[in-house]
Amino acid sequence: MILENSGIVLSVKDLTATVDNTPILKGVNLEVRAGEIHAIMGPNGSGKSTLSKVLAGHPAYQVTGGEVIFQGQNLLEMEPEARARAGVFLAFQYPLEIPGVSNLDFLRVAYNSRRKSQGLEELDAFDFDDLIEQKLDVVKMNPTFLSRSLNEGFSGGEKKRNEILQMALLEPKLAILDETDSGLDIDALKIVANGVNQLANAENGTILITHYQRLLEYIIPDYVHVMAHGQILMCGGKDLALELEARGYDWIVQDAVVGV
Amino acid sequence: MTATVKTLVNQPYKYGFVTDIEADTIPRGLNEDVIRLISQKKHEPEFMLDFRLRAYRQWQKMTEPTWPSVKYPPIDYQNIIYYSAPKQKKQKLNSLEEVDPTLIETFEKLGISLSEQKRLANVAVDAIFDSVSIATTFKEKLAKDGVIFCSISEALQEHPELVKKYLGSVVPAADNYFAALNAAVFSDGSFVYIPKGVKCPMELSTYFRINSGDTGQFERTLIVAEADSYVSYLEGCTAPMYDSNQLHAAVVELVALDNAEIKYSTVQNWYAGDANGKGGIYNFVTKRGLCQGTNAKISWTQVETGSAITWKYPSCVLVGDNSVGEFYSVALTNNMQQADTGTKMIHIGKNTRSTIISKGICAGKSINSYRGLVKINPNAQGARNYSQCDSMLIGDNAQANTFPYIQVQNQTGKVEHEASTSKIGADQLFYFAQRGISPEDAISMMISGFCKDVFNQLPMEFAVEADKLLSLKLEGSVG
Repeated sequence: MILENSGIVLSVKDLTATVDNTPILKGVNLEVRAGEIHAIMGPNGSGKSTLSKVLAGHPAYQVTGGEVIFQGQNLLEMEPEARARAGVFLAFQYPLEIPGVSNLDFLRVAYNSRRKSQGLEELDAFDFDDLIEQKLDVVKMNPTFLSRSLNEGFSGGEKKRNEILQMALLEPKLAILDETDSGLDIDALKIVANGVNQLANAENGTILITHYQRLLEYIIPDYVHVMAHGQILMCGGKDLALELEARGYDWIVQDAVVGV
Repeated sequence: MTATVKTLVNQPYKYGFVTDIEADTIPRGLNEDVIRLISQKKHEPEFMLDFRLRAYRQWQKMTEPTWPSVKYPPIDYQNIIYYSAPKQKKQKLNSLEEVDPTLIETFEKLGISLSEQKRLANVAVDAIFDSVSIATTFKEKLAKDGVIFCSISEALQEHPELVKKYLGSVVPAADNYFAALNAAVFSDGSFVYIPKGVKCPMELSTYFRINSGDTGQFERTLIVAEADSYVSYLEGCTAPMYDSNQLHAAVVELVALDNAEIKYSTVQNWYAGDANGKGGIYNFVTKRGLCQGTNAKISWTQVETGSAITWKYPSCVLVGDNSVGEFYSVALTNNMQQADTGTKMIHIGKNTRSTIISKGICAGKSINSYRGLVKINPNAQGARNYSQCDSMLIGDNAQANTFPYIQVQNQTGKVEHEASTSKIGADQLFYFAQRGISPEDAISMMISGFCKDVFNQLPMEFAVEADKLLSLKLEGSVG
């Protein structure tokens, strides 16, 4: 929802970044205010996923210029775990399987490390069990998933639901969902979309990174951005997604190249 | 993040200090006179000297094994000191109060309290410093149950018949190159005897400390569990940081009779050398248990974290029908460490069973190999083995190998082998970090999870220690 006078959650200015000395982001500008849902669309290799990883602080990417302000703080100076504790959440395109670490332990340690950084007391195992039980409802997950190893042997859809469960638990200020719709059947997509909609509120911002318009039928974005060649080339309302679905990306991308 | 993880420097080795104490040290080198001198210093009975000399003569004809996947420059056996003992005021100590306070302090610093007040309530300790045992706690209390727990030197004085009967019965004097060397020059070690029907009332443990620089440590441990008895035994090891390599060639023999059970746990943290591979202990050890009686059970649990080179295969010879052998191992290598470790399960009796759970964690530029033999002899009707060998690679430069050898000579035998490889790299750590979990906590969670099946086998007090030890050893290894 677009709100009058709502605070800026994230402000990205002229952001450039490389991986292995290859420039990927070539001057990204983006502003997300509280309450807003932004969709970033674009062809393969446009830099969408890179943007999400740079914002979360993945060590393989080097920021070479620009600035990122998150709730008044210089995000680029913060360690990835500090960014997470401050409220940046990235739902992974390919969540990793971690054998030997139970889902429940992972969730509890993650939750408590956030509480600790906020100066709050850590939740003990009993209180945490009560809390996580409520959160399971958001993604309609079976409690048996909690005792299994983190993502190990989960189906594609189960992994994505597990990501949304983590998001529900950590209640981020900025949620970035990287291709969360990929590999989901229609039922799983509805569950995931429903979870995201429940979690979006007037206090937080959401960025959806996606190839397809399909997800946007279930999560209605306030803004749609088109990204290509490491830049955001066009911004519009939710109708832009429909136009992209009909016309593809070429007309924008080619115009941009001619413009350069 | 890479930078952060890298700046988390490796924890310095906590036990690398040297105790300044006057020592009774014999000259470098090895010959029959040196062996006679060691035997004489320990006032040994004649049979012991014979045993040593026979072993020495065999050893001279043997060659160092070259099959392990480890590399090291040739060892100059004439440049090693084979006996070094801290000088004490009295030859024979009657109580702990007479032990040199410097030695008590040394063990105190290592977290091993020998004084009455601060001891671990339910653990008896034999403390071995270089070539000799300096103290054994709870001896009298154990004696009330008929349990003998003392240094092997003392056992040779007080119970020569028992030592004579069992020494070399599981690991013969000339079993292999390093075992033969040990048989010739061993200086001390622990002796445990559990009488028939006794469940040892407390954990027994030996703490091995190498102090002096050019000394080799050659300890020999012998544990005998009579019918229907039970004992749980733990050994720990540390050494100071020296630039040169030091040899540690130990032999451990276990004998379990009918329905007896021996649980033997090791937490090995010898000095591993520096990050460039300079210095560290060569840990060349022969450990073997004999399940002589029916329904006997021997269980090895080892957490191997130290040493420049580890060469060690705690094994079980399952002679008694229905006897059980177990091997639970976590072997961690970092920097330039090399480990070639595993087990041998020799099934001879009917319906014998063995379990092997091996977890190799491999970081830095280290090499970590599992080498295991499962052998089912022709008469071992219905024998069963289950083996699981998992490797975890940390970073991109480490190497893990698995060498399983399986020999089945009886058609009713059943052998299963499973193996897996996993990894802790930048992506795994990033996933944890993105949920607010620091790299230290992430590594420790992943390692604990990986080692859970083995740590569950350790006595409670030591499981927690082992967990902490592994996390410490791995700090700074990813990135």
